[in-house]
Amino acid sequence: MAQPAALTELELSGSASLGRGADTGRGDSAPRDFLSYLARKTGAAVVSFVMLMVVGFVIFALMPSDPVATLTRGRITSAKQKAFLIHQLGLNQPVWERFVHFVLNTFQGKLGYSWQFQQPVSTLVAQRLWPTMLLMGTSTILSIVLGMWLGIHSGWRPGSLLDRVSTGTSLTLWSVPTFWLGLILLVLFSVGFGPIPPLFPAGGMSTPGSPGGLSPAHFLDVLRHLVLPCLTLVLVIFAQYVTIMRSSIIDELGSPYLLTARAKGLRDAEVRRRHAVPNAMLPSVTVIFLQLGTLISGAITVETVYSWPGLGYLTFQALQIPDLPLLEGTFVIFGASVIVFNLFADLLYRHLDPRVRRQ
Amino acid sequence: MTTLAQAAPAAPPRFQALRRFARAYIRTPSAMAGLAILVAVTLLALTAPLFIHASDLSVVGATGQSLAPPSARFPLGTDQAGRSVLTLLIWGTRPSLAIGVIATLLTMVVGAAIGLLAGHFDGVVSRVLMAVTDWFIALPSLPLAIALAAVLGQGDTSITIAIAVTSWPGTARLIRAQTLAVEARPFIERAQALGAGHTQIMTRQVLPNVAPLILVSSTLTVAGAILSETTLTFLGLGNPTDVSWGSMLNQAFGQGAVTQGAWWYVIPPGIAILVVVLGFTLVGRAVENILNPRMARKS
Repeated sequence: MAQPAALTELELSGSASLGRGADTGRGDSAPRDFLSYLARKTGAAVVSFVMLMVVGFVIFALMPSDPVATLTRGRITSAKQKAFLIHQLGLNQPVWERFVHFVLNTFQGKLGYSWQFQQPVSTLVAQRLWPTMLLMGTSTILSIVLGMWLGIHSGWRPGSLLDRVSTGTSLTLWSVPTFWLGLILLVLFSVGFGPIPPLFPAGGMSTPGSPGGLSPAHFLDVLRHLVLPCLTLVLVIFAQYVTIMRSSIIDELGSPYLLTARAKGLRDAEVRRRHAVPNAMLPSVTVIFLQLGTLISGAITVETVYSWPGLGYLTFQALQIPDLPLLEGTFVIFGASVIVFNLFADLLYRHLDPRVRRQ
Repeated sequence: MTTLAQAAPAAPPRFQALRRFARAYIRTPSAMAGLAILVAVTLLALTAPLFIHASDLSVVGATGQSLAPPSARFPLGTDQAGRSVLTLLIWGTRPSLAIGVIATLLTMVVGAAIGLLAGHFDGVVSRVLMAVTDWFIALPSLPLAIALAAVLGQGDTSITIAIAVTSWPGTARLIRAQTLAVEARPFIERAQALGAGHTQIMTRQVLPNVAPLILVSSTLTVAGAILSETTLTFLGLGNPTDVSWGSMLNQAFGQGAVTQGAWWYVIPPGIAILVVVLGFTLVGRAVENILNPRMARKS
């Protein structure tokens, strides 16, 4: 089965079957084992990538009935111009040849030419990559810290006040569309509402006309713009981590090794921190990595709401036309990032859980 | 699931299990709350045409001021065109529920069929089906849905298709796992010994035992589908002439209601989405907990 299969199975059964005993000893794995594992997983990732290309090709190259009509919409075009466009787009070539071209171009970083911005898609993507990384990185780290802490503490005492509050909050935040939360925070803290003054800027990544560069003023400016989008994402993301961590901790609760730890005379907090948490981490860390890829696409709506100049906002801008080459480019980038993070999750899991290594 | 198959042989077992299920369901407060929400919202959606006329929704014929705050005449204020937000909100129930339910039906039919086939047959069929499923799971769902809906053009149909295409793999995987578990039981072997073919085993033996799981999974899928529908509509992929919660938020954002601090136009659609999604989630989770008590401790 392909690589994501193993992962999802692991995700489903991970908390139940894996991460039980306290066995954290490192098995004696030969480096050759690791290399073959790496090769297998990388191979599976490449297959996934080819599949991503197939899906992208089907959606963007085969499904539009008449790309030339889409391109020339609203403009008077002669038959000669149309013929030229058909030739230029390669529409007169066989399907498989077009697919090979598409794959080769993608591997060379040629993602097409944006209709709207009149620039190569790869240039646009490169420009927008860093703002997305900054936003997603900051909010993911904050959510992991917050979610893990809450998950550990509410899972340790299921049914306690903290548990009920954090589970209720997670369930509610899960039911809210991310972009709506963003809109509400925007009205509250950027427009200002009642006694709340407008505290943070409404959009963008820095104040227009700010000096830029590496000056502390610019840094603070970006930070101020980062607060609201980051807060929105944290509120939505942390709930998932609470749920994952909580159920992994609950899975550990009945384990005999915890009884042993208590019998040794360790205090409750020590038992939790030194014995339960490390074991519960195994499934959680993997699931978190698996979700990182999907989170990147979750940024689409938040970046839209706050006009954060990242890949998500670029997707939104492309949608308004719709600028198909640009959409195709962002689709490939988002898909590729998921594949890369899945590969990381696989390698990380092997590193963290010695039993996977021995298989 | 298991409760159905293991019900005591006295009395028709399936009905007895059903009665036991109903009793357990009524005893769960959150389940009843979820059910009440769903019944109320469905009634509202079905009866909306009785008290809302096309003129109430028309941008041209609106009588109120633009973006007026809540008042006695407009309990939730008005939008840019001067239409009552309350009216829009009630009307918005219809497309959101309809798309959520239809997309879920599509998801369930495709997901359950593929899950059953992949679980029943082994070898090449199963491997190919699961490989395709896994590839789809690995694709990021929102970008995939956006790409599909953008290529298919604005409208309800393309949104429905986009949601179904992105949500069937999860169902397929779930149904396959359950099919494998059911097929390991002795009564399948008995059916085979009596000469039942593949089709009969899948439809008469496995499907009834997988059905409760399909039900649970579909309530949770509706919740997800409604969220996806609002997100896609918010991004501007919805039917531009219809009123839905997503399109309300799209207009509130795009036409400046947000920057003018018109909270009465922004908050209600979100609360409506929250309530409906919560309703489906509560029902789904309660059914899941009753059918599989081991999960009750966790969630």
